[in-house]
Amino acid sequence: MTENKKPLISIKNLSKHFGEGETRVDALRDISLDIFPEQVIGLLGPSGSGKSTLLNVIGCILEPTCGQIELDGELVYNDRWLRSDLRGLRLEKVGFIFQAHNLMPFLSSMDNVAVVLDLAGYSASAARARAGELLEYLEVGNRVEAFPGSLSGGEAQRVAIARALANKPRIVLADEPTAALDSERAGIVMDLLRKVAIDQQAAVIVVTHDEKIYDRFDQIFHLRDGLLSQT
Amino acid sequence: MNLAYRDVRHNFGRFMVTCLGLSLLLGVVLAMIGIYRGLIADALELVDTIDADIWVVEKGTRGPFAESSRIPRDTRESVARIFGVKSVGAVTFQSIETESDGKKLRLYVIGYEPGQLGGPKYITEGRGLTGRNFEAVVDSRTGLDIGDHIQLGRNGFTIVGTTVNAVSSGGEPAIYLSLDDAQKLQFDLSPSATRRERARGAVVVNSTDTVSAVIARTSPNASNDNIVKTIERWKHFAAMTEEEQGLILTQSVVEKARKQIGMFTAILILVSAVIIALIIHTMTMDKIREIATLKLIGAPDRVIIGLIVQQALAMGLIGFAMGGFLIFNIQDFFPKRLVLQPMDGLSLAGVVVVICLLSSIYGVYTALKVDPAKALAG
Ligand SMILES: Nc1ncnc2c1ncn2[C@@H]1O[C@H](COP(=O)(O)OP(=O)(O)OP(=O)(O)O)[C@@H](O)[C@H]1O
Ligand SMILES: [Mg+2]
Repeated sequence: MTENKKPLISIKNLSKHFGEGETRVDALRDISLDIFPEQVIGLLGPSGSGKSTLLNVIGCILEPTCGQIELDGELVYNDRWLRSDLRGLRLEKVGFIFQAHNLMPFLSSMDNVAVVLDLAGYSASAARARAGELLEYLEVGNRVEAFPGSLSGGEAQRVAIARALANKPRIVLADEPTAALDSERAGIVMDLLRKVAIDQQAAVIVVTHDEKIYDRFDQIFHLRDGLLSQT
Repeated sequence: MNLAYRDVRHNFGRFMVTCLGLSLLLGVVLAMIGIYRGLIADALELVDTIDADIWVVEKGTRGPFAESSRIPRDTRESVARIFGVKSVGAVTFQSIETESDGKKLRLYVIGYEPGQLGGPKYITEGRGLTGRNFEAVVDSRTGLDIGDHIQLGRNGFTIVGTTVNAVSSGGEPAIYLSLDDAQKLQFDLSPSATRRERARGAVVVNSTDTVSAVIARTSPNASNDNIVKTIERWKHFAAMTEEEQGLILTQSVVEKARKQIGMFTAILILVSAVIIALIIHTMTMDKIREIATLKLIGAPDRVIIGLIVQQALAMGLIGFAMGGFLIFNIQDFFPKRLVLQPMDGLSLAGVVVVICLLSSIYGVYTALKVDPAKALAG
């Protein structure tokens, strides 16, 4: 399919363990994985199998124990971080949809999305325009001035999705984005992620337990006790 | 997008309550400084009002305010004869306690010879003393009005005029009497033993005709220092210029109070600094998850530092403004005078800004250290 292109995410022999001795947990064991532009990948596995850990390591939030990570052609980790400005890298290339939505309680839905654009250097009006568009598309356009405290779980999750996609990232990492949504809205989110993959030449990784959306993925990987396998 | 402002607006009530608490603290600091300034102003007020160029007092004393001083009344004539002296006056000073309308009233009795130096600077109502007995002019802060009677020692006095700006360094409002009346009052109130001695007659030479000080004004081109030197050559007298008298008052009379208040103000400022630091740290800890999220989505450090420092400054300055407003509006309710000077206010505002910046360091340090992964927990 897209094998002739260069991978956007390329991982080699990546391991991550927490703690030492008695309490040591091997969350990821020797994982290698290439993901290409326009791909939407599903990541499945039982609770505690290392799915969130893998996403966080790819998003340069969590430091692996050893291995290599290459993002968009740039080797960012080779047994140590090679890039000092990881935050700048995230702002520019990575969109996160967190398992807990992590919205700013003191910002309205609109501003929660616009803040990313503001950080990326958009003008205030351009940021609001783009934020409004995304929220509209995700069917929370009627809640733009509401604060996270008054949003339902599903609404909050859709605002968080809008925030993750605001800066047109080429790498989208989504941790259970549809968990709080009904199947119709879950479908809308998956359509959006697919559209992002095509329009922005992006790679999308979605962690999920949601069987309704299994048929939306190009490829599905399974994690079990930190080991990766493909189906 | 200003995150500091958004956060404050979203938690406006809590923020204002914090500011209010801080304002009380800073208001107290401001009041302390005002009390200190008031003390100095009070201490110097009488010297300023009397406005004498030269003060002649008993040798070996720093009178007449810091220490008691007694010199013969006729010293006045000798001083008047010095070249360059334009006018002179003999004055007595004495604190007494009396009653008015059943309330205790502390007064500062100033005796002077009507027509000579030492009297009230302005008469705001009524008239000045003429030389008749048992009349008095009072500072309006005594609360007495023209026509009122007041008992001092054995005699009753009628208020014939009021004046302003006449308060002793201890804060007692002045009552002006004729020198004769004031001397009689002094005699009435002196210890009974001395009184008996004197009544038997001729025990202490000139003892009833003594005054606290002789004051003089000099002509504009005269050298006050030379006049002081001339008087110091006489046996029993000490002389000082107006500046020296002022210095004695600020140094000896208010020195202890000044150290006390200075110390207290320093402690208050320290306490404010600790409290501000704690508040800022708590505000930061309350937002630690949001700060971690900001790092997750790629916000640079300056955004996070800005969030904390701007809130700290806003809190400090709003608290200061509210405190200043509060003290400014209740200053007249203080029993002693509060002198609020713009420069003192500005300096304290500067101190508050510095405290806020220093206090933010701890919060900023905590915020910058936090691992972005912390936002993902829970
Ligand atoms: N900060 C940490 N310190 C120690 N152990 C951790 C830490 N984070 C994760 N783990 C452990 O690593 C393993 C993988 O955790 P991870 O969160 O990746 O699982 P997951 O597949 O996302 O699970 P879930 O489906 O419940 O979200 C678990 O055993 C977990 O207890
Ligand atoms: Mg997880």
